[in-house]
Amino acid sequence: MCLWCRIRQKIPKKKKTYYAAHVMTPLLSAPGKKMAAVQDAPMELDAEKETKPEILSDGTSNLSGNTASGTLSSPPLTAGGAPKQEDQQTLIAVLQFLRRNKLTESVEILRREACLEDQEDSQTLDGSGGGKGDGDGGDANSLLSRVSIASAAAPQSTLTPIPVKNDQPDVSVVLSAYSQQGDPSLYQVYYSSLKNFIESVLDCHRAELSQLFYPLFVHMYLELVYNNHENKAKAFFEKFSGDQECYYQDDLRILCGLTKKEHLKGNEALLDFRTSRFVLRISRDSYQLLKRHLQERHNNQIWNIIQEHLYIDIFDGMPRSKSQIDSMSGSFAGETRREVNKAKVFYGLLKEPEIEVPLDDEDDEAENEEGKPKKKKTKKDSMGSKSKKQDPNAPQQNRIPLPELKDSDKLDKIMYMKESTKRIRLGPENLPSICFYSFLNAYQGLTAVDFTDDSSLLAGGFADSTVRVWSATPKKLRKVKSAAELNLIDKESDDVLERIMDEKTASESKNLYGHSGPVYGVSFSPDRNYLLSSSEDGTVRLWSLQTFTCLVGYKGHNYPVWDTHFSPFGYYFVSGGHDRVARLWATDHYQPLRIFAGHLADVTCTRFHPNSNYVVTGSTDRTIRLWDVLNGNCVRFFTGHKGPIHSLAFSPNGKFLASGSTDGRVLLWDIGHGLMIGELKGHTDTIYALKFSRDGEILASGSMDNTVRLWDSMKAFDDMETDDFTAATGHIHLPDNSQELLLGMYHSKSTPVTHLHFTRRNLLLAAGAYNSQ
Amino acid sequence: MEERRFAEVPRESIKLMAESSGVELSEEVAALLAEDVCYRLREATQNSSQFMRHAKRRKLSVEDLNRALRWSNTETICGYGAQDALPFRPLKEGELFFVEDREINLVELALATNIPKGCAETMVRVHVSYLDGKGNLEPQGTVPTAVQSLSEDLLKYYQQITRAILGEDPHLMKVALLDLQSNSKIAALLPYFVYVISGVKSVSHDLDQLNRLLHMVKSLVQNPYLYLGSYVRSLVSSVMYCILEPLAASINPLNDHWTLRDYAALLLSHIFWTHGDLVSGLYHQILLSLQKVLSDPVRPLCSHYGAVVGLHALGWKAVERVLYPHLPAYWANLQAVLDDYSVSNAQVKADGHKVYGAILVAVERLLKMKALSLTLAAEGSGAGLPGTTTGAVSFRENSPGLSPPPEPLSEPPLGIASHLQAGGAGCPWEEWTPVSLPAMYCELYSFFGDSLAVRFSTGLPLGGVPPPGPCQPLEGRKEPASSAPNLENTRKMPQLTASMNISPRQDGSPRMEPQPPSLAATVPGRSLARSSSSSVSRSRSSSSRPGRSTSQSRDIFPKARFPLPQAGPPAFSFIIGGRQMGRRCQGRRFQTSFSPTPPLTTHPPRAYAHKLPVIGRVSKPVRRWTCSHYSLHLPL
Repeated sequence: MCLWCRIRQKIPKKKKTYYAAHVMTPLLSAPGKKMAAVQDAPMELDAEKETKPEILSDGTSNLSGNTASGTLSSPPLTAGGAPKQEDQQTLIAVLQFLRRNKLTESVEILRREACLEDQEDSQTLDGSGGGKGDGDGGDANSLLSRVSIASAAAPQSTLTPIPVKNDQPDVSVVLSAYSQQGDPSLYQVYYSSLKNFIESVLDCHRAELSQLFYPLFVHMYLELVYNNHENKAKAFFEKFSGDQECYYQDDLRILCGLTKKEHLKGNEALLDFRTSRFVLRISRDSYQLLKRHLQERHNNQIWNIIQEHLYIDIFDGMPRSKSQIDSMSGSFAGETRREVNKAKVFYGLLKEPEIEVPLDDEDDEAENEEGKPKKKKTKKDSMGSKSKKQDPNAPQQNRIPLPELKDSDKLDKIMYMKESTKRIRLGPENLPSICFYSFLNAYQGLTAVDFTDDSSLLAGGFADSTVRVWSATPKKLRKVKSAAELNLIDKESDDVLERIMDEKTASESKNLYGHSGPVYGVSFSPDRNYLLSSSEDGTVRLWSLQTFTCLVGYKGHNYPVWDTHFSPFGYYFVSGGHDRVARLWATDHYQPLRIFAGHLADVTCTRFHPNSNYVVTGSTDRTIRLWDVLNGNCVRFFTGHKGPIHSLAFSPNGKFLASGSTDGRVLLWDIGHGLMIGELKGHTDTIYALKFSRDGEILASGSMDNTVRLWDSMKAFDDMETDDFTAATGHIHLPDNSQELLLGMYHSKSTPVTHLHFTRRNLLLAAGAYNSQ
Repeated sequence: MEERRFAEVPRESIKLMAESSGVELSEEVAALLAEDVCYRLREATQNSSQFMRHAKRRKLSVEDLNRALRWSNTETICGYGAQDALPFRPLKEGELFFVEDREINLVELALATNIPKGCAETMVRVHVSYLDGKGNLEPQGTVPTAVQSLSEDLLKYYQQITRAILGEDPHLMKVALLDLQSNSKIAALLPYFVYVISGVKSVSHDLDQLNRLLHMVKSLVQNPYLYLGSYVRSLVSSVMYCILEPLAASINPLNDHWTLRDYAALLLSHIFWTHGDLVSGLYHQILLSLQKVLSDPVRPLCSHYGAVVGLHALGWKAVERVLYPHLPAYWANLQAVLDDYSVSNAQVKADGHKVYGAILVAVERLLKMKALSLTLAAEGSGAGLPGTTTGAVSFRENSPGLSPPPEPLSEPPLGIASHLQAGGAGCPWEEWTPVSLPAMYCELYSFFGDSLAVRFSTGLPLGGVPPPGPCQPLEGRKEPASSAPNLENTRKMPQLTASMNISPRQDGSPRMEPQPPSLAATVPGRSLARSSSSSVSRSRSSSSRPGRSTSQSRDIFPKARFPLPQAGPPAFSFIIGGRQMGRRCQGRRFQTSFSPTPPLTTHPPRAYAHKLPVIGRVSKPVRRWTCSHYSLHLPL
C-alpha cells in the first residue's frame, strides 16, 4: 500500500492539510506494452525525478503574501530549486507528529525520502529503528522512490497551512495563532467602529470594504471563543451576525454552536477557516482608505487579523460594484486570487484518430464486391477536416498517455460517427424530445444514475448498497459462460463472441452486490465493459459488465466517496470524497496515481475534461477546481456558488464548464480565460444533473424540484464579451438574462431528476426515482 | 428575553435524563453538559445532512444521522428505523413529553396468517415526456386519486367551473360551459369533471342539476382539445342513467323529466357518433342495455320511453335491430296500459301514450330510412354510380346517415350476439336478417293502423302546422300548439309531438348551428310537411294521397327552399332544403354530433331550388345528395 495513503489513514482528519501534497508517480505506462511507444518527455521527467527526489515548494513566498505566479506554469521539477527553510520545518513538524503517534516506520521512510536526515538529526533525537524500515519497507521504498512531494504548491497557496509567524513547527501552533489577544471587551467596539467607518465611506468603496465584515466577524468571534470569553463571544455573535450576507447563513449556523475552546479543536470547518487565508479582492483606492483609517485609529486588533488571516488581493482600477462582488463571493475561503487562474489550460480537444469509415453502410454493402479498397473512403468532410488541424488550444496528443484504441473501440467510433450524421440539430426553435426513465418501487433510495454513451445501458446506485444495471434496449443482459463451459466452445468460429455468452442468464437487469454502504456515484467506462461505483464504505469498485462481478475494490479514500467518473478514453478514473481530496486512478493500479488536495471541504462531484488531460472537482466549500492530470496542479479555481456544488458538466468542445449547486443556480465558466460568464437562475432546489447537448447548443439541467430546464447555452456563451480587460482583471458584469436563456421547463409528476443524458442523436434522457409521497 | 435563533437543550432536560438513569447532577455540570450536548447534536445533524444531500433526498432520515454518528465514532441509535413519524405526546399531568412506544406482541406477529407482501421489484419505466419540446398528449400512468396533485391554477379553474355550472347564475353557467368547450388546457382535469358528472346518480331528484350535468357532458364532448379516451365509457354511463333510470324526479308528474330523457338521448347519440370509436364495443353495449330495459316489463314506462328515444337517437338501424323485433312482445303490454280507462290508471296511461308516441316516431323513421336506403341502393346500382367528382365515396355507409360506425360492424358479433340473445328480445344477433320493407310496413301497420299510414305516407295534409317560432325553447316544447289540427293526429297521438320534444320548427330555419350547443338551445325541428312523390309512397297504395296537400304545406315549401345561408353555417340549412325537396321530406331532423360541418361550396341553395321540379323523380338529385355532405348529418 502506498505509504502516503497509509499516513493519511492514520492521521486524524483535522491535520490533513499538512499533507496536502502531490504524490507524483509517473502516469502509469498504461495498458499493455504498446504504451512504451507513447512515452516521451513527461515520462522522462518523471524518470528523472526517480533518481533525484525533490521537495518542491514555494511556501515562503505564498505565505508572506507575495505572488509566485512564475512557478505556476513551469514544470514542477524546476520550480523547487532548493528546498526552503519553511518547507523543512513543515516536514519536521510532520515528523514530530508521526513520532508522537508512534508511526516510526513512516517517520523513517519520510525522513529518508525527504533528505532530512541531517537536519532531523541535528534538531531532534531520533528514536526509531532504522533497520526495520528496510526490512519490510522494501516495496514501499521502491514506491516511494518515485514519490516527490510538493507541499501545497503555488496553485493551492490559499490553503497553505502554516501561519507565517510560526517558527516552531508544531500542530498546536495553528490554534495558538489566536492566543495573542486584545481586550475582549473592546472587540465589539473595534468591530462597530470599523462598521461605522465602512458605512460612512463613499458608495463606490463601501461595497468593496463590506467584504471585510464576514471574515473579520468570524475571526474575532473565534478569538473570543478561543480565549474562553464565552459570554462575550455570544454577545458579539448576537450583535453582529445579522449583518452578514445571507449566503453565509450556513456557516453562521455552524459558528453559533461553537462556544467552547474544546469544540474548536474538533471542528474541521473552522480549522480550515483559520488555517487558510480568506481572500479578498479590493481595489487599491479602497485598500488605502482602509489602511489609513485603521492606522489613524490605532485599531491594531483588526489590523492584525487582516495581516494574519486575510489575503487582500489589491488591484488597480475602478472599485467593483456590489453585484460584481456578490457574484464571485460566497465560498469558504473568499474569492479566487487573480494569478491563480492565469495558468495556461489546454482546453482543446484531442485529434480524432484516423479511422477508415465507410461513408454509407448501404452503399458499401451493395458495391463491396467490385472495389473494396476504393469504397473504404475516409470520412473527411465533416469530422475529418476538423481533426486534421491541430487545435492550438489542444494539449499534445501524448501529453498524458492514453490507451490505444482496440478494434472494438474503432467500431464504436464508426457507429458514433454514423449516428452523429443523423443527429438532430438543436436550437431555440428546435428543442429536444425528452424521455424520462422513472425508477419505480425504488424504496431503498436511488442515489446515482449513469447511462452509457450509446444509451444502451443504464446503471443505478442505491442507498441499500446495491448497484443495478438495466438494458435500455430490448437486448437482454447476459453473462459470459463459466470457465469450464468456455473450454468447450469452438474458439475459431466466427460467432465466438456470441457463443461465449450464457443464454440462461439473460435478463433485463442485473444486480451487483459488494458495497457495504450507499452507492453515491456510478460511471460506465466508454467501452461499456466496466462500471465504476463509489460508496459510503470508502471504496470505489470496478465491475465487469461481461461477468457482472466485481473486479477490483479501490481503497484509499477511507471516508465516503461521493463521486467517481471514468475518463472519456477509459483507463483512468477520478474519485472524490469526504476526505476532501480527489484521486486519480488507473484501472489496473490499486493505488491512486494522483491526489488532488486543496478543497477545504468534501469533494462532492468529479468530472473528466473531454480531452482527459484535466479533472474538475466541485466541493462543499462552494468552490470548483480544475486539476491538471499531468502534474497534479490546480490550474483553475472558481468561486461564486453559494452552496455545495453537486453537478458539473463540460461543454463538448471543452471550452466551457457548467456547474450546479444547492443554491439552485447554474454557473457557466470559461475555462480558457478562467472567468465566470453566465448565471442561470430558475431552479428552486439543488441541481443534481447537468448535461450539454452533443453539439453544445443546449444545456439541460435537472433538479430536485422535479423539473428539467433547457437553456440556450450558445446564446449565453456568445453574449459574454470576453475582452482583454475583463480577462485581465477578472471583473465581470453578468447580464441578468436567465429568463431569455431559458428555453423550456418541463415538470415531472413527482420525480426528482437525478441524471440527464443526450443520446448520440440528441434525444434527451432523464432519469430519477418516482417519489410517491 | 431576546428571540432564540437556534434551538438549545435546556439543562432541566439534562437533569431529568440523568435522574432517569439514577445520577444526580449539580447545576453547573448540567449546564456544561447541556451546552456540550447542544453542540454535539448540532454537529451530528450538520454532518448527517451531507448524507441526505448525497442520497438526493429532502428528508433527513434516522439512517443519515446514524451514518454521521458512525463516522464520528459514536454509538448509533437503534430502533428508530421506521419510515413513519413517531408520535411525540405530552403527558396530561405535568409538562412531560415522550415518544410513544407501543409494545408489540411478537407471538401474534409471528403467527399472523396474513403474511405481508414483499415490496415490488425495482424497475425502470420509460415514457416520452416531451416530444420536440411539447407535452405528450397521451395520458400517462393511472388516474390521480387526489385533487391536490393538480397545479394550483388548474385546481382553481376546476373549482370555479364546477361552481359556475352547478350554481344558480344561468349566465355564469353559459360562460363556464363555453369555456369548458373550448379550453385547450384542461386535459388534466378531465378525470375530475368525469367524476363530477358521475354524480348524476346522487341528484336524480333534481332535474335542474341533471340538466346542468348533461350540459357539462356536452361541453366536454365538444371540446376539440380533449382526448376522452376511456372516459367515454363513464360519460356514456352517466348519460344512460339520465335516459333510462326511473328518476326520483319523475315521481311528480309535473316534473318534465321527458325533456331530460330526450336531451340525454340526443347527447348519447352525439357522444356515440363522435367518440364511439374510442371504446370498442360501445355500440353494442349501449344497445344491449337499452334492450334490457325495454324487455323488462317491471320497469316503469318512463324507462321504456327512455329506451325508445335512445334507440331512436342511435339511428334507424338500432331501431330496426332492437326495437322492431321486440315490438310484438312489447305491444301487448303497452296496449294493456292504453286500454285501461280507469281513473287510477290515468297517469300511467298518459305515460303509455308517451311511449306510444315515441315508438311511432321511431318506426316511422325506420320505414322512411329503409325505403330511402332501398331506393338509393337501387338507383346507385342502376346508374352505375356515376363518378361525380367528389361524390360517392362511402355512399352506402353514409348516405342514410344512420348506419353504425364501421367499428361495431366489423367486430365479430359473437359475444355481443350472445348477450343480445340472452336479453331474450328480438331475434338473435347473428341470425338477424333484415325484414323486407313491405313486410315491416305491414307488421307495423298492424300495430299502429292508420296513424302510421297517415303520418308516414301522407305527409302533406298533416304537416301544415306552422310553428310558433323557428327555434322554440325546450320548455315550450310541451305546449300543444304543435299538435296538428288534423283530427287523426290529435286523436291518436296528441302526445307525439310533445313527447318527442320537438318544437315543430320549420325545417329550413337557417340559424341552426351545426354544433351541439344547438342541442340545448334549438330543439330539433320537425316539419310535418311531406312530399308525396317518393318511391316509398309509390310502393304502397295507401300512401299516395296527393290530393290532400294543403295550402299550409305549400307555404312551407318556399320557406324551405330558400333558406338563406347567411345566418348560420350554410351546410346545415342546405341539408334541410335538400332533404325536403329531394326526398320524402321527413319532417324531423336530429342533428347529431358532427361538429365540423364540411364547408358547403358546390351547391348554393338557390341553385338547388331550381332543380325543384325534377327532384324526387330522377336519380340526379340523389347523386347530388350524396355528393354534398349530408351524409355526415343524421336526419331523424
